[in-house]
Amino acid sequence: MKKFKPSEEVDFVVIGSGAGGAVMAKQLAQAGFSVVVMEQGPWGAYGHEQDYNKDELINRFPSEEDMLMSDHAKQPNTFRRTAAEKAVAGHHSYGCVVGGGTVTYGASSWRHLPWEFNEASTFGTMAGTGIADWPISYDELEPFYTQAEWEIGISGPNVQNPNLAPMSKGYPMEPLPLKSSGFLFQRAAEKLNLSVVPNVAAIITKPWNGRAACINCGMCSGFGCQTKARSSSAVALLPYAVDTGNCEIRAHSYVREISTDASGKATGVVYFDKKNNNQEVFQKAKVVVLSANGTETPRLLLLSKSARFPHGLANSSGIVGKYLMTGNGGGASGLFTDPLNEYKGCVTGAAILDYVPNDVKGRGWYGGGRMTARGFTMPIAYGLGGVHGAPSWGKGYKQALIEQANRKLYVANFISQMPLETNTVDLDPDVKDAWGLPAMRITTQSHENDMKGVDFFIEKSVEILKAAGAHTVWADTARDSTGGAHARGTCRMGNDAKSSVVNKYHRAHDVPNLFIVDGSSLVTGGRNHPTMTISALAFRAAAHLVEAAKKGNVTI
Amino acid sequence: MAGSTAPSDSRRSFLLKSFSASSAAWLAANWPAEVAAAEMAQKMGGFTYFTPEQAREIDAMAAQIYPTTDTPGAAEAQVIYFIDLALVTFAADKQAVYAKGFGELAQACGGKSFAALPSGEQIKVLTSIEKTAFFRTVRDHTVMGMFSSPQHGGNFRKIGWQQIEFDDSLNFRAPFGAYDKA
Repeated sequence: MKKFKPSEEVDFVVIGSGAGGAVMAKQLAQAGFSVVVMEQGPWGAYGHEQDYNKDELINRFPSEEDMLMSDHAKQPNTFRRTAAEKAVAGHHSYGCVVGGGTVTYGASSWRHLPWEFNEASTFGTMAGTGIADWPISYDELEPFYTQAEWEIGISGPNVQNPNLAPMSKGYPMEPLPLKSSGFLFQRAAEKLNLSVVPNVAAIITKPWNGRAACINCGMCSGFGCQTKARSSSAVALLPYAVDTGNCEIRAHSYVREISTDASGKATGVVYFDKKNNNQEVFQKAKVVVLSANGTETPRLLLLSKSARFPHGLANSSGIVGKYLMTGNGGGASGLFTDPLNEYKGCVTGAAILDYVPNDVKGRGWYGGGRMTARGFTMPIAYGLGGVHGAPSWGKGYKQALIEQANRKLYVANFISQMPLETNTVDLDPDVKDAWGLPAMRITTQSHENDMKGVDFFIEKSVEILKAAGAHTVWADTARDSTGGAHARGTCRMGNDAKSSVVNKYHRAHDVPNLFIVDGSSLVTGGRNHPTMTISALAFRAAAHLVEAAKKGNVTI
Repeated sequence: MAGSTAPSDSRRSFLLKSFSASSAAWLAANWPAEVAAAEMAQKMGGFTYFTPEQAREIDAMAAQIYPTTDTPGAAEAQVIYFIDLALVTFAADKQAVYAKGFGELAQACGGKSFAALPSGEQIKVLTSIEKTAFFRTVRDHTVMGMFSSPQHGGNFRKIGWQQIEFDDSLNFRAPFGAYDKA
C-alpha cells in the first residue's frame, strides 16, 4: 500500500471508510488522484477475512482490536428526547472499522423510489416538519445506482413491482434464498392480496470479481463475513482503491478537526494516531471529503469551529446536525408449528412492499415502510432477551425458551421518519470522550405522525402473522427511536445555503473544497434502508468531483 | 462442585481440550496469565475465581435459573465452568458484583448454604433477590453459559444449542426450515 507523509499535501483526504467514503476513495484514486483515507476504527480482518470471528460471545465482548462497532467506553454518547431534558448515557452505535458499517450490516440494498426524492411536491408537506424535495431527481441518480449495484455486487430479483424503483439494468445476480420467513410471507400475502419480493442484498449469490458466492453460514448481521460474500466496502471497494497505488488507508486514525486557513478553505485534518500514543498529526490535503456517517459527520463539523466558523464548520445555516432521522421499527412476533431455522443464511429473505408508498388519505399519516421477517439469529441474544410471555428464569423460562426458539418469527419493519429540526446531533456540554473531546449528544423524538406509522405497522404485522398461520402472536409495544446505525439527514443537501449544508454536488455551501458524502446528505429518509442510496450518491458525487478536479477547480 | 460428585477426567480437561486455536489465541492475547491459571485450575479439577464453596452456591443458583427438567439444564451444561472462566476474562468487571452477592445470598438464606436448601426453598430465596444486580448477573451469565460456544466452558456437548435446535455448521443450503421446502 502506498504511504504518504502527513506533511505531503495529498489531493484528497477522505474521513471514513464506509459506504460513502470507500466509494469516494476508489473513484478518486482510480482517476489518478492521491488519497488518504482516515478510519478511526481498527483494521478488522481486512485482507484476511477468513479470520473474522463467528463466535457470538467473543462478538459481544470483543478485544479492542476485534471491535467492529464504536466503543462506548472510549467514545460515549448521550441521549435525550427533547432539548428541555438533560441528556443521559446513550446507546447509539455505528460500524467502526475499516469498511465502516458495511462490514457488519444486514446488507439490505433497496433503492429509493423516484417519488422519494420529491415527496414534498408529490404529497405535500406537513406543518412543523422539514419534508422537502431533494435538489436531485431519481433520474439523475439512476445511472449511479446501477453503477453501484454492478461494482459493489448486489443480488436481487429482476421482477416488475410498482413498489420497486425502475432500473435501467437489472440486478447482476439472483436473490438470496427466500427462507422460511419469505414462504410464510407468501402464505399471508395470498390471503391478504399483498406482494412478496425477495430481498435485495449486498451479498453475492454467484462468484463476483474474485469473490465466492454466499454459503449461508448464518451469524451474518453483526459479524464480519469470512468468505467475502458480503459486498462490504472493505472487500468490494477499498482493495481497488489501494491497488491503484494512489491510496493509503490509515486505520486507528481519529480525526478531531478539519482545519481551515484564513480564506476559509480546508487545509487538511488533525487526527489522533491511536497506535502511536495518540499523537496528534496534521495531514495536509487539497480537498477534504467527509464521510464519517450521519452522526459523526455533524459532530466533526461542530468540533471544527474556529474564529471564522464560530458555530462549526460549514454551519452558517445553523442546521448542521439538525433533521436527524434514525428511523423507526416495531412489529410483532408469531409462533408457528414447525421449525423455521431462520438463523441459517443472511438475516432477511423477503419483504412486503405494499405499504412502502405514501397514502396520507387512506391511512391518516404521512410516510410508509418496508416489512421483513426474521427468526432468532444468535443463541445468546435470544436466550437473554428473546423469550415472550414467560418469566426470566426457572422452569417456565426454560419451557418457553425451548418452545419459541425455532418457531417464532418476528416481523421487523423499516418505517419512515419525518425530518424535524428539533431532532439533532450536537456536542454534549459535560461528557467527554477518552481524547477529551465533547461527546456526541443525540436529541430525538418522533413526530406524532411517525408514531401512528409505528402503530400501523404493528397492526399489519399481527394481521400478516395470523394469515401466515401463527397460532400465537405478540404485538410489540410501540417505541420511539433512540438512535442507531441508520442515521441520516444531519447535513442535508439543497440549493439554498440558508436551509441546507451541502449543494447537489455534495460540496459544503460554506467551504470551497469540502465535500460531505454519507447518510448526512439525505434530505428525506426513504423507508429506513439508506445504504444503497448512500453508495449511489457517492458514485455520483465522485463523478462530478473527478471531472472538476481534472479541470483544476473543485469548487462546483 | 457441580452435583458434588467427583468430576470425571474428561470433564475436568474438557475446557482445555476444547479451546480452538483461534479462541485460545484470542484469550491468550487478552488475558494470558488468567487464562493460563484457568487452564491449570481446570486440569486440577478446581476453579480459578471461585472457592469450592462459592462454586457450589453459583452452580446451585444456575441449576434453578435454567433447571434440569426432562431435558438437561445448567448443571449438565457445566455452566459453572463458564462463569468461573468468565469472571477472570470478559466479565472480570463483574467480580465485585459476585463478591458482594455472596453476602446478599447468605443473608437471604439466613446464614445457611444456598446449595444445601431444598429446591422449593431455593426458589423462594432467588425470588426474594431476583431484582438485585447479583441475581441478574448470575442469570445472564447462566444464559450465556448455556448458549455460547462450548469452547468457553459451558454448553457442554452443545446441550444448550440442541435444545433450541441451533446447528452451528459452517454453511447451509436452502431449504433451511420446514416452510421453505418448495
